[in-house]
Amino acid sequence: MTNSIADIESADVFLITGSNTTENHPVLSSTVKRAVTRRGAGLIVVDPRRIKITQYADKWLRQNLGTDVAWINGLMHVIIAENLYAKEYVERRTVGFDEIQKTVEKFTPDYVEQITGIPANELIEAARMYAAAERGCILYCMGITQHTTGTDNVKSLANLAMLCGNLGIEGGGVNPLRGQNNVQGACDMGGLPDVYSGYQKVIDPAAREKMETAWNVSDLPDKPGLKVTQMIPAAHDGNLKALYIIGENPLVSDPDLNHCEKSLKNLEFFVVQDIFLTETAQLADVVLPSACYAEKDGTFTNTERRVQRVRKAVEPPGQAWNDWKIICEIGTRMGYPMSYENSRQIGEEISQVTPSYAGIRYDRIEYDGIHWPCPTVEHPGTPILHREQFTSGKGVFHAIDFIEPAEAADEDYPMYLTTGRLLYQYHTGTMTMKSDGIMEIAPECFVEISPQDAAKYEVKDGALVTIASRRGSIVARIKISRKAVSGTIFIPFHYAQAAANRLTNSALDPISGIPEYKVCAVKLSKAA
Amino acid sequence: MAEQNMIVINGNEFVFEPGETILEIAQRNNIDIPTLCHLKGATATGACRICVVEVEGARSLVASCAAPAAKNMVVRTGSANVIKARRMVLQLLLSSGNHNCAVCGSGGTNWTEFQLHVHQMDNSEELCPVWGDCRLQELAFRYQVTGEKFEATQTPYPIETANPFIVRDFSRCIQCGRCVQACNEIQVNQAIHFGYRGAATKIIAAGDRPYINSDCVFCGECLQVCPVGALVEKEGRYSVRPWENKKVRTTCSYCGVGCQLYLHVKDNTVVKISGVQDVAPNYGSLCVKGRFGYDFIHSPERLASPLIKENGKFREASWEEALDLVAKRFDEIKADHGPDSFGVLTSARVTNEENYIAQKFARAVLKTNNIDHCARL
Ligand code: SF4
Ligand code: FES
Repeated sequence: MTNSIADIESADVFLITGSNTTENHPVLSSTVKRAVTRRGAGLIVVDPRRIKITQYADKWLRQNLGTDVAWINGLMHVIIAENLYAKEYVERRTVGFDEIQKTVEKFTPDYVEQITGIPANELIEAARMYAAAERGCILYCMGITQHTTGTDNVKSLANLAMLCGNLGIEGGGVNPLRGQNNVQGACDMGGLPDVYSGYQKVIDPAAREKMETAWNVSDLPDKPGLKVTQMIPAAHDGNLKALYIIGENPLVSDPDLNHCEKSLKNLEFFVVQDIFLTETAQLADVVLPSACYAEKDGTFTNTERRVQRVRKAVEPPGQAWNDWKIICEIGTRMGYPMSYENSRQIGEEISQVTPSYAGIRYDRIEYDGIHWPCPTVEHPGTPILHREQFTSGKGVFHAIDFIEPAEAADEDYPMYLTTGRLLYQYHTGTMTMKSDGIMEIAPECFVEISPQDAAKYEVKDGALVTIASRRGSIVARIKISRKAVSGTIFIPFHYAQAAANRLTNSALDPISGIPEYKVCAVKLSKAA
Repeated sequence: MAEQNMIVINGNEFVFEPGETILEIAQRNNIDIPTLCHLKGATATGACRICVVEVEGARSLVASCAAPAAKNMVVRTGSANVIKARRMVLQLLLSSGNHNCAVCGSGGTNWTEFQLHVHQMDNSEELCPVWGDCRLQELAFRYQVTGEKFEATQTPYPIETANPFIVRDFSRCIQCGRCVQACNEIQVNQAIHFGYRGAATKIIAAGDRPYINSDCVFCGECLQVCPVGALVEKEGRYSVRPWENKKVRTTCSYCGVGCQLYLHVKDNTVVKISGVQDVAPNYGSLCVKGRFGYDFIHSPERLASPLIKENGKFREASWEEALDLVAKRFDEIKADHGPDSFGVLTSARVTNEENYIAQKFARAVLKTNNIDHCARL
């Protein structure tokens, strides 16, 4: 996030899109709901489903799946046409306004309505509302990123925020909500194919040299590696021989699971390290038992870039070890000694080689976490990014045109499917499905469908149906809900028994490599 | 210099900001005023009147949590009148419902009969489930009162156990309304309200339905703010006593909000989770996953030993054997196919330190940049 969680409570207008906030980030959603109900802040929700947060909204715009660039450009069109943009800010802090103006010119409200299904007047009103806010705060989540145009979507939101002078101010910003507890940290620590910790690029000779010295090695590889969405196909083709997976369960979370399963089976050697024998671990040659968060010390970095302590409360079961210890033992056996007393010692190495974490120390975050960048031990941390200027100098507008999603509904597969999470379950369910209470409330997969579609297909609540896409099919129960909009069904992806990702499309965003989980074409039939 | 806003509390002068309540000024200056219904961050309701103080010139005692300070106000927080009023509030609360702790809430004198009655209603022979962790009990001790002064009254509503997480015991509810405020003003889930009137007053979910059939999303904010034993976790109710627990502060391992929470540990087992008040980012709030989704920690399905697959079946192995095997196979594959035939997937679930070590391992040991994680999936 560019801003902090506490800070968003001071926004005047929220624009939430592609985030089922009350279910996926419940505690954060309360900040928004408080601002709306108690302080009268405005709320615009743009989402294909009538999710709970829409009940608190002034406006709910329902876009067709995969048409986000179009409505965002539409908002900018209106804001520029009606002269509502932050002229002084745009002049002083940004470049590229002319191009963006040209690009959004054709996105008139009527044209946008044709593409997105959002009524022209609704779009105009939403544009005026967002532009009128002194502090406009954008919140988004996977509903924006999990598209073939995910990167475009994110850049478009940044365009919109800059246009209205909402980047780098209190109560503003463009704020991605991280779905998993330590996604931010995994990225910050260099769990990515192209960067070391702190986003130091592997192609940068100076960065490489620095890490070689710090790690006392030579010949660090200089080409960016494969993304997860490239590793799986590489395994399929036989180019990737060995895979070492730590605490992930791609065999429920990956797109196009049938293909994924084949790929993993094709590996020469497959090691999985986890707390449970997950669907993925069952395919492994060796499974290594690790400790869970309650059994270890360390830090997590949350969605607002706040580095916070994790503390050991109980002993791990049996012989399970901390993940770092297992990795170090393998490294040492392979001839590179890796030995640390404890996680604190690793933390110190991190601050030595990672500029944005340089001032983070365990004793500084005993009580309150610190937001990176935190360059020195005296530095208080940075709750709001881009305050004076953007990291890279001026903010750049990226003129972006609309591209259709990779798969459209047609005669054979006439409905749209979108996927997501539930309040009561978490990711692939390895943790939440061990709770009797949670399983009592959210026991199994379902197909959320609008009352109209249910009538059309003559299916009753609770009926078993088969949902098929070009890639596979699953059977699940019908759940008739007013959250759904006709023509589009929703399936939560948590459940391995009826894994929504047997259906989803693995078409990728060319830059981020994120698959298009949020749109694919399916057909529905009564289960035999 | 502009004249400062001054107030006198117990003979000492204090500066205050316009809009501050007497309670806030007192708390800021470490003057203790007891509260029950007051909930930080929510609108003051003045419902319980335990926080009353004497204000010079006022006709009656003033609820300090709801009264804004005024210039040159003279306040006494512990005068005889104040103490008398507080004792009365407590006596009334203790005489209604099933406060079967050692302060003996029964009206009349027959403790045994009262205890048997509670036993029957709550299906337990023990004293109140929150014994030792109850604000009412604490204040009863402090002001040395019992419920015997007034005639005992009973609640007409049975205990609700129809959901997997929270037991609602209306017989122990003092109707302070904190749960209602927490639900409506803090979490804004708008699931519970005050229902009925007078002696029949009850905290209800819409239509007086059980939580499980209501808009309740089981965030448990109500349970966390309940000062008495009316809302208690179902798991561990009666079996886990507060003094048996060690509390360890940590960060939630579910979503990216990173709520700060306490793991309550008894016998090397997490038996309860509560939110940490007064710190960012959650200020005590949690959601259903963070508060109740901890069974997995001690699940019998947890992996407890390294496993090696032989002829399509897993068998348990020692660390030595498993690690030797992994290292040997990695070495062989590296020699045969080169570093880029490896892939490492690290995890958004493990710590920063572990992610750092994982990428260091991929780069410095395997010599590949084929490292990623699945978080975008
Ligand atoms: S308690 Fe809920 S909202 Fe808070 S971090 Fe955990 S999962 Fe997220
Ligand atoms: S705490 Fe002030 S009236 Fe209850």
